[in-house]
This record gives sequence, structure tokens and C-alpha cells, in this order.
Amino acid sequence: MKYVDEFRDPAKARHLAAEIRALLPQVERAQQRPLQIMEVCGGHTHAIFRYGIQQLLPDAVEFVHGPGCPVCVLPMGRVDDCVALAEQPQVIFTTFGDAMRVPGSKKSLLRAKADGADVRMVYSPLDALDLARNHPDREVVFFALGFETTMPSTALTVLQAKADGIRNFSLFCNHITIIPTIKAILDSPDMHIDGFLGPGHVSMVIGIRPFTFIAEHYRRPLVIAGFEPLDVLQALWMVLKQLVAGRSEVENQYGRIVPERGNPQALAAIQQAFELREFFEWRGLGSIDHSGVRLRPEFAAYDAERKFAVPNLKIADPKACQCGEVLKGVIKPHQCKVFGSACTPETPLGSLMVSSEGACAAYFTYQRIDTSRLRAGTTRVEGAVA
Amino acid sequence: MNDQAATRVLPAALEDKPRRARVQETTINLAHGGGGRAMRALIEDVFLGAFANPVLESLEDQAVLPLRELMAQGDRLAFTTDSFVVDPLFFPGGDIGTLAVNGTVNDLAMSGAVPLFLSCSVVLEEGLPVETLRRVADSMRSAAAAARVQIVTGDTKVVERGAADKIFINTAGIGVVPHGVAISARAARAGDVVLVNGTLGDHGAAILVARGQLALQADLASDCQPLADLVASMLATGADIRCLRDATRGGIATVLNEFAQSSGVCIHLDEAALPLRPEVRGACEILGLDPLYLANEGKLVAVVAPADAERVLAAMRRHPAGRDAAVVGHVAAAPRETVILHTGFGGERIVDMLVGEQLPRIC
Repeated sequence: MKYVDEFRDPAKARHLAAEIRALLPQVERAQQRPLQIMEVCGGHTHAIFRYGIQQLLPDAVEFVHGPGCPVCVLPMGRVDDCVALAEQPQVIFTTFGDAMRVPGSKKSLLRAKADGADVRMVYSPLDALDLARNHPDREVVFFALGFETTMPSTALTVLQAKADGIRNFSLFCNHITIIPTIKAILDSPDMHIDGFLGPGHVSMVIGIRPFTFIAEHYRRPLVIAGFEPLDVLQALWMVLKQLVAGRSEVENQYGRIVPERGNPQALAAIQQAFELREFFEWRGLGSIDHSGVRLRPEFAAYDAERKFAVPNLKIADPKACQCGEVLKGVIKPHQCKVFGSACTPETPLGSLMVSSEGACAAYFTYQRIDTSRLRAGTTRVEGAVA
Repeated sequence: MNDQAATRVLPAALEDKPRRARVQETTINLAHGGGGRAMRALIEDVFLGAFANPVLESLEDQAVLPLRELMAQGDRLAFTTDSFVVDPLFFPGGDIGTLAVNGTVNDLAMSGAVPLFLSCSVVLEEGLPVETLRRVADSMRSAAAAARVQIVTGDTKVVERGAADKIFINTAGIGVVPHGVAISARAARAGDVVLVNGTLGDHGAAILVARGQLALQADLASDCQPLADLVASMLATGADIRCLRDATRGGIATVLNEFAQSSGVCIHLDEAALPLRPEVRGACEILGLDPLYLANEGKLVAVVAPADAERVLAAMRRHPAGRDAAVVGHVAAAPRETVILHTGFGGERIVDMLVGEQLPRIC
């Protein structure tokens, strides 16, 4: 398929993997312990597992699967709020598909739907707005979720709703922003991340400048990466080149999509509709200052949190869960106490087990053989399956 | 057909001239399932009209089938049942009627059986246009003719609006397994070869697009087709066919996991060898879906002894239902009960059973 197969060429992949292997002995830090490169975005995590990228790489470099899966970092209390909204009789609750399975403290949206709530899967917030147009007697709530990637489409939908005078549409806003969270991870005392693969689609909106503090203040290289397997390998190679040269810069591997200044129209729409919250709760990571947004007061009529009585209870993560340590790269998914026993994709305790972009679900689904082998005493997690 | 007793009290003069009653209404109402005249008219007009055959037309409570004819074709009966609910009812490449016939025909065929007779039970939602039902019955007629099966017994129920979604169909089927044919999901062995009869995921992708919720336009059609004749030509090669299953819900990933578990083997899949239409790949890329898990309605997965693989592949490719047949993998001894995909990119990953439904990803 055009514009896809070119980025999945196995010969080029082997070539890049060989170059990466050749660079590693030149990185001083890689001599004591494996280099830890965090891919911030869940899309990268998905690609790494789906294409088996880690198997092409030597032991001396490993991926740490970061907090960039919006479904995974959603705290239980917010899911409970979704369910409470969905269970109001006049409400049609609309959501992206993969958010439906995330467990709340009592149930998921999928379960609420089975219990009678009117929960509908949509592919775009505009679909939800159409539902509102077509059901003037109902209240349509859209479960707005995601980083800056999905924020502009939500913002434009609210602007559209206001322009069209649609009254029965509102957002349950859970949009989050990645920069404060990367900062929180970098400030955490137990992390050893050596470099970052930056989130390609977030950067398409916000551009590359917001990442400069990582290079300048924290002295870590960051390369914004695309989502095809060759993108990921090339970006990793670029990070290693920086480490070899002792540089820490923000570079853009995904130039075919990511403009340096981002997308001004999208940013303007975000600015117009949203303002920063003082803090927002992240699953596994706790409360992070200025890491979430909500609708500005002039759009209060479209804010489900203001329009309906939302319980807004804080529910602690299950004690046994070590999602936070996995997200920071302190432990690998299979090293969590409940991985594969109490916590499986069928009965997820932690949300990293829920979405296919979650590191734990990816480990469980794609790499189980290796992890069982690891438990049996060998050292390598992602080794090729014999 | 529960109301054949009514015919017994008809004056002899009328019985001499069997004239089928006509449905007067344009939409289905509760009376069409009530056992009275309206139901009788519906059965005669819509179903007898479409499925015409002597067994059904006798309008007994059951189909009575001659054993001698069955025994001439083999030594075991295959018997299966399946219910069909699909939204939308009509989609490119088929409709709920073609699915209801081919689904059951294919379930029979996967044992190597020659499918012969089907039942057809429908549950109708009050308010369904009679014209819609006619279209579905007509599709079932053509599908049954194409698959060379007869629909010999049936039932009709009508439920109140909202208690069902337009139309649900159950079909059960009987076929005869020829002497000496023994196909089982437990029969795969190390060294065996895995084949499919054509492009994967066409039905699942066509249904997604036909639902119209996506602003996607793609030239996609369901692959809904009967497979019994294809299986017959595969068996005619004399090859040792170990496992056969049609890859419907859950796609080939599910079937291969079933084989791997039942046979206690490992199945290796070669991603580059999987036949996929570019349109299906494209839809999957956009939606974050995996074509290995998409439903098919006219695709089978076969596990064949290594020495016979070439022969079976050639026979499949000669058949219209197997033109794009391909070898997609092989069986190994270990790790047991596992399916491993060798990605086109050069990596490997486990292909597991799906947990719940496949849901599109957010971004």
C-alpha cells in the first residue's frame, strides 16, 4: 500500500538496526546498564509491539513505555463520573470506542450500556453533535478525551455547537496535556530515562518548541517520531547519535507531518475553547499541576461538569497496581505484582492493561512467551520467539 | 408450519385448486405471527413463493427426509445451527438472507459434509416492511440454489416493536459426511501447512463501512459465499486435509488459535503472505483494527499435510471461491497452543484470542 509499505521495509529496518548496534559501544552510559529510551506516546508503544521492533535491537537499549495513552492514564473516578452521566435518563453518552472498556470503581461504560444506559460509540465529536441535532429532546454528552491531538476537533465542535445555537450538547472534558507530565516524570527521583521519542501527532498540533526545556534544562535528547516502524527506528538512531556526540537537542524525525510551529489554526481553536485546570489527576501518576484543560467560562453551557451533577469523587488506584512505576520506567510490566495473575486484559485492574496502547496489555498480548521465559530464569524480556 | 390443520377443514373444491394467499398489508404486524389467516398468507406468499420445494409445500409440522438418499452420499450426518443478526440488513456483497444460508452451509461444509437441507426460523419486528422480508427471502432462495440445498422447514414469529431489531434469522442444517473423510480441529501436526482461500476481512470491513458512521468511501463488498463446492474439490484431490474451519466472527486469528489449542501445537503465520485487499488494509490502518480479527463470510482456513499442500492449493485456485488462495503459514510443535505472526517488518508477535470486541482506537 502506498505511503505505508515504504515505512515498513524489512531490509531498511535491518540496516538501521545494524547502525544502532554500531552506535551503542560509543555511548558511555550504555556500558554499565541498558539505555532507557522513553516513547512518550501510546501510538509508538503500539507500533513497537505490533511490529516486533524491540526484537531487532540489542539488549543494551530498551524502550520505556510512557504515559501517552490517554485511555490508560484516566483515573477511576473520572470513569465513575462518565457512568454517572451516562446513567441519567435523558442523556445519550457518546465516546470513542476504546474508552468503553476502562474499568471504573464499579463498572465500565460497556457494562453501563449493558445495564441500560444509552452509551454510543462515535468516531468524531462531530458525530456526537449530529446526534444532538437529531435528538433535540435528549442531552448528548461527548466524552472528550486525549492530548493535543484530539483537542482541536473537540474545540471546533464546541465552537460549531455555539455558532449553531445547539443547546442539548455538552462535553465531559478530560483533555490532558503532555508537557507537564513529561516534566513530572523527569523530576521523579527514581527515573533513569536517557532520551525520548517525542509524540508525533501531539507535535503536529503544538510544534516542536514546547519540548526544548527537556533538552536545555534536563539535558536529555528528544526526537519527535512518526508511527511507522521505520520512523521509530530512525528516531531511535537519531537519539543515539545525540548521545554519542554528547548533545541534547530537540530534533524532528517526523518532518513530513510535524511543522516546527505546529498548526496555528488548531492552536487558536484550543486557545479559544479551553483553559488550563490548576491540576488534573492521572492514573498511576497522581495529581499533576496544569496537566488538564477545561472549557472556558463563556462555554459553560457546553460543559457537562457544570451542566449536570457529576459526583467528582477521587478513587484511589487499586493498591496492588504498579501502573505508576511502569509508566515511569522503574519496572517493566511483567515485574508488576499482579501482572498476568489478578490483572489481565479480561479483568484489568490497572488501565495499562485495558487499551491495546497500554504497555501491560501489549506485553500480555504480544510478548507473553518471552515473559514466561524470563520468569523461568533467562534475562531477556523481548528476545525473539524461538 | 404450525397451522397446517387449517387446511384440513377447507372444502375439497378449494383443495383441488391450491391458490396461494397473498399478504394484504405493507408492514408486518403481530397478526403475522398469530397463527391465523394473516400468518398463513405470509408463509404462503413470502416463504413458499421463494423456497418452493415439495417437502416444504406439504406444510407439515416437520420435514420428513428419505434416509436412503442420505445414506447414498456418506455414512455420517453433520448437523449444525446458527442465528443471524446483522446491521444493516443489506450491505454490498450480500444481506442477512445470504448470510443465513451460507453461514450454515459453510459450517456443514467444514466437516467435509455435503450440505443438503436447511431450516429457516425468522423472528420479525412489528413494523418491518413486507417488501424487506420479500427481498430477504428472495436472497435466501438464490443462495440456497447456488449452494444446492433445500429449505425444507421453518417458523415465523413476530414480536412487538423494539423487542427485536427488524429481522433475526436462525437456520439449522443437515449434511452428509462422505465415507473416509475425518476433519477435526484436533488433527494439526508439526510440519503441516496452513492455507486460506482468498482475501481476508472483506466482510467485516464492508459491514463497518456500510454502517455509514465513518466518513469513509471504499469499494468494499462482503465475501459472503458458499464453500461446500470448494471443499469438495479440495477433498477430491485425495489430500490429507487435517483441519478446516470458516473464519467468521473473530477472523482467522480466532480459528488459528482454536486449531493451536485443540491440536496442542504452535501455528506460525507469515504476514507478508496474507492476502489482503488494499481497501481493507486501508480501512484497518485508519481505524486501528487488525484484519486478522475481522469477520469473513466466505473464507476458510485449512491445515493440510505438507506433501499435499501444493496439490490442494492448485485445486483451490482452480475453483472460483479459491482464486486468491494462498499458503499463509505452517505448524510447529512448540510453543504449544500459540499463534505467532512473523511481521512483514521482520519481527514477531503473538496473535492471541480477542478480549471482547475489537474497538477502534482513539488516535
